[in-house]
Amino acid sequence: MQQSATGGGLEIRDVTHFYGPNRVLAGIDLAVRPGEVVALAGENGAGKSTLMRIIGGYQAPGSGTVHWQGNPVPADLHRAEKMGITLVHQEFALIPDMNVAENIHLGREPGRFGVVNRRKMRDQAAAALTLLRAQIHPEAAMRDLPVASWQVVELAKAFGAGPALLLMDEPTAVLGREETAALFDRIRAFRAAGGAVIFTSHRLDEVREIADRVTVLRDGTITMDRPTSDVSEHDIATAMVGREISDLFLPRSPAPVAPPVLEVEGLDVPREIGAPVRDADFALHPGEILGVAGLVGSGRTEMFEGLVGLRPARARRFTLRGETRALPKSREAWAKGIAYLTEDRKSRGLLLEASQIVNADLTLGALSGGPLLDPAGERARYAKARETFDIRSANPLIPAGRLSGGNQQKLLLAKTLASQPDIVILDEPTRGVDIGAKAQIYRLIAGLAAEGRAVVVISSELPELIGLAHRILVMDRGRIAGTIRQPEGGQVSEADILRLGLGLSTDTEKEIPA
Amino acid sequence: MSDATLAPAATPLRQRIGQLGPLIALILLVILGAVSSETFLTAENVLNVLTRSSIIGIIAIGATFVITARGLDLSVGAMAALVAGLGIMGMNWFLAHMSPMAALITGMTLALVIGMLAGLLNGSLVVFARIEAFIVTLGTMGIMRSLVTWMSDGGSISLDFALRDAGRGLYYGAVLGIPVPVIIFAVLAALGEFVMTRMRFGRHVTAIGSNPDVSRYSAIPVNGVRLATYVLQGACVGLATLIYVPRLGAVTPSTGMLWELEAIAAVIIGGTALAGGYGRVWGTVVGVLILGLVANILNLTSYFSPHLNGAFQGTIIVIAVLLQRRRSGT
Repeated sequence: MQQSATGGGLEIRDVTHFYGPNRVLAGIDLAVRPGEVVALAGENGAGKSTLMRIIGGYQAPGSGTVHWQGNPVPADLHRAEKMGITLVHQEFALIPDMNVAENIHLGREPGRFGVVNRRKMRDQAAAALTLLRAQIHPEAAMRDLPVASWQVVELAKAFGAGPALLLMDEPTAVLGREETAALFDRIRAFRAAGGAVIFTSHRLDEVREIADRVTVLRDGTITMDRPTSDVSEHDIATAMVGREISDLFLPRSPAPVAPPVLEVEGLDVPREIGAPVRDADFALHPGEILGVAGLVGSGRTEMFEGLVGLRPARARRFTLRGETRALPKSREAWAKGIAYLTEDRKSRGLLLEASQIVNADLTLGALSGGPLLDPAGERARYAKARETFDIRSANPLIPAGRLSGGNQQKLLLAKTLASQPDIVILDEPTRGVDIGAKAQIYRLIAGLAAEGRAVVVISSELPELIGLAHRILVMDRGRIAGTIRQPEGGQVSEADILRLGLGLSTDTEKEIPA
Repeated sequence: MSDATLAPAATPLRQRIGQLGPLIALILLVILGAVSSETFLTAENVLNVLTRSSIIGIIAIGATFVITARGLDLSVGAMAALVAGLGIMGMNWFLAHMSPMAALITGMTLALVIGMLAGLLNGSLVVFARIEAFIVTLGTMGIMRSLVTWMSDGGSISLDFALRDAGRGLYYGAVLGIPVPVIIFAVLAALGEFVMTRMRFGRHVTAIGSNPDVSRYSAIPVNGVRLATYVLQGACVGLATLIYVPRLGAVTPSTGMLWELEAIAAVIIGGTALAGGYGRVWGTVVGVLILGLVANILNLTSYFSPHLNGAFQGTIIVIAVLLQRRRSGT
């Protein structure tokens, strides 16, 4: 199916674009040759997605030209696809009621006279998935699959369309390490066959690994466009934010010595898909940050959602502030001062259509608000939260969904912490957040621990855990593989964590809470 | 900016006109009525339209909460018939033991309680048994409708004549010239609007309709609130029957037929989102009045046969939903 590009490649000249009065792109010049992989980096709101949409034919540029293989790219998705340009969105365009093979062939089903050749469809889907080393059955129902598999199916669909230029917006955001590695191998094969790729990512290590060239956008202009081999992650980050990124992390405060505020033994959380959480023991201490690592699907989220009553769970023993009792129900957990920040900001975290004020006060109001709303108090609390969390928004009545990813996350943190919980569980607190906002969130998390709260940080980004946590708990297929205590003033290596998470380590000293 | 009182943004004019669409349609209808009929704007006709609209209106106020929370109650018409039937039987029975007025009041209390219990049943099946609201209330609609037919043996359940005189005032009475049903409707509408916009319950109803998962992760008691919307709907049906019973004094198997569709239509015309997450009680009141005025104007004028009432109402519903989608699309 591979079309080989016949010279020309992509030529973008002087593209400028406005949304209303806001200039999102200014005088963009960019060329991509066939057989080249370009990483588009930049903070949220820098204009990456808009540029991708223009190249992909989703919208016409305000001014300037986009040519592919010498022909202008039409502002028409289907005609752009016919020219060999395929865009993979951050949002999935898959149908949950159909199976995997049907989704991969959506709109281009093999067959004759309107009759679908199901066998051919299934075989092609299996082949496309194999190229991504995915263990997904072509006839599995889409709705039964976890979010990482959705991304893999979306990618299989995109490669299956036989593109010559592939545009991918944050393709690895929800992928685990192995899936990401498989995707990168697929990209390498695609590049070797003459395909061109433009992708965006917040993960600078990934940018360095796969891209031939890195192009950095800041405030709608290109601030850097160089071969990846010439630049360091530090250079990229500096070009993104326009200032020197000093240390992302504050020095860790010494691990406090205090009796645990929460202890659990023999925690079981059943799951419909993937390994259930079995027999988990851990303890949370005031003033301590516990990092939780593990591959996507290892049960990290489920373990803590079970702990706070958001999904059915059992525990042999649960002790909260010295009192042994049953696991709390969801509202009970909040009332007892345990807060949980979801990893799924868009569908579980914020009411995207509601104002920031409504969102910021939602949990606090549900927990301790009176029967009457208190508009003046809500505005005052929002104004305070906006300062504390540095939410950048011209107007508090702008719906939460229209904020950038970083500002949405800060709003979600404000909402989650509004009730002053003393046990704080943060699931992927910096997912989809630019590097400037990340540094702010890290300071905030360190501050929570310094105030004497027990903090849990669940994250797929190991540098984040190493930079923040006093102890790191590693999950592997539903079980706690071990807990590593970081040395005072020093750091464990990513390799140590990975060995534990892949079930390879036998010599790491395991620390089991008493 | 440490200013604690942040100024609210000016809503764009186009959007504000979109939100006021139903009100503009109502005003146009009033102008149309006034131009085409001399009797239209007389106090008698206006009060007549309001009185006739009040029964559906009271039910539709409850439906506004159910629909805003992403629920649906198709059983309200059958529920009204059942509650009225049981209420009448209760009142007739109480009459043997107490004065007509006391029997009336006891029976009315009973009707209100039965309405709330019926709502509790619908709500429990939706919330705890996790069955689609459409299916649950389609089922209870059939059950309640057939119970009424069985209780009346296919005929009618009639209020004792001693009670009819005592109860007349509830439908035919007036305070300062305003009919009692209109007063009850207006008070309930004002209360409903207050609950929806100023009370935490209204915000939780809206949040749940907008995204039940976000609500659950935000410590909102999702099950309790959803259950409460159905109980509230039952209470509204109970109140509506209190007005209905003195009006006709009897219940037949066809009492309340298609009321559920009129109530839902009024809610949607008023601008509440059928998929939940946005609801306004004042819009529902406007929706009820639009439906009532269309029927009234057809009756007063001779351009079209009054038998085409349903066609006009149906057209209005479709247009309202089209406009709603246009609005959410921008």
